[in-house]
Amino acid sequence: MAEFSLPKNSRVMPGKTVSAANGAKRARTFRIYRYDPDSGENPRVDSYEIDLDKCGPMVLDAIIYIKNEVDPTLAFRRSCREGICGSCAMNIDGTNTLACTKATESIKGDVKIYPLPHMQVQKDLVPDLKHFYAQYASVKPWLQAESPPPPDRERLQSKEDREKLDGLYECILCACCSTSCPSYWWNGDRYLGPAALLQAYRWLVDSRDEATGERLDELEDPFKLYRCHTIMNCARTCPKGLNPAEAIANIKKMMVTRTL
Amino acid sequence: MSLRSDLGRVKGLGAAHEGVGHWRLQRLTAVALILLALWFVTTLMGLIGAPHAEVVAWVGQIHVTVLLLALSLALFWHLKLGLQVVIEDYVHTPWLLIAAQVATRAFAALGALVAVVSILKISVGMS
Repeated sequence: MAEFSLPKNSRVMPGKTVSAANGAKRARTFRIYRYDPDSGENPRVDSYEIDLDKCGPMVLDAIIYIKNEVDPTLAFRRSCREGICGSCAMNIDGTNTLACTKATESIKGDVKIYPLPHMQVQKDLVPDLKHFYAQYASVKPWLQAESPPPPDRERLQSKEDREKLDGLYECILCACCSTSCPSYWWNGDRYLGPAALLQAYRWLVDSRDEATGERLDELEDPFKLYRCHTIMNCARTCPKGLNPAEAIANIKKMMVTRTL
Repeated sequence: MSLRSDLGRVKGLGAAHEGVGHWRLQRLTAVALILLALWFVTTLMGLIGAPHAEVVAWVGQIHVTVLLLALSLALFWHLKLGLQVVIEDYVHTPWLLIAAQVATRAFAALGALVAVVSILKISVGMS
């Protein structure tokens, strides 16, 4: 059966409290999930009180400050700090988003930060995304065509056909959508999830691609595709404002269209 | 511990090449149920307080018999399709999954049979 409670060794315990605000006017508390697999201990939530005047405005700025100045053992991923690499995806204030584009001021009360839900945690805020990336690879996210490209230029696409890729090509594979989806939580081993399916649709509607039929064949499966029950968490949480649920609905429409 | 590659695990047994029929039928039966249920409830409201013989005569009309049969079949078919998805979502123990799927199908099939026989019995008994 689906598991609705955490195993004993995954239950989150209260952690330490560190105050580094020193009576600052703009003090805020960051409550951060901590887990170290080498310690053999249960995960815990540590509280860090910091002075917001000493760091930048985004949540990522605050956790970089905590790592640099308060607690160097805190682990998280980050790279571009401008919402394009997707590395710093985490659960902030109950919603999956990018720490680098989430303003601390937009959060009321303590800032609660957890890793992306329902993924194996490697350490603190670092989830294991191997399976997620393999699912992306399984949809063959590259152009497949038998016709050779014109010898003197790239494959052309009309403006109208190019517009069909808007709202799809912007996906940065941060995994916020897939890890917000209950269907992915219960059946993530077989359900491809909103991110991989949005990417699949990105190639299904590409006018230059010639493998549409084969791509649909590969997706026609009760679990790979049809576990999507239009819950819409994916569209709600996407930090890039995309709509994976709509892309999945369009794949289902294509599936029906080819039977009519 | 498995040393299988991540891609190998994701590809698994491959695509089953089914699901579109289930998806389409679930929606078709849903639309049919909305229309048939609206007809059934509104017509039944008109029969409130009517004597037994009048209700039996109503069922006996050919178009009512056909619509009642359609309602029953759509209902149990939709029920089977819906429960199947819920079980696939939440039940992951292999033997329990198979047992639950068989039980659901048996329940839906028996329910549909009881409904069909009951309607026909009333209808044929009338004519």
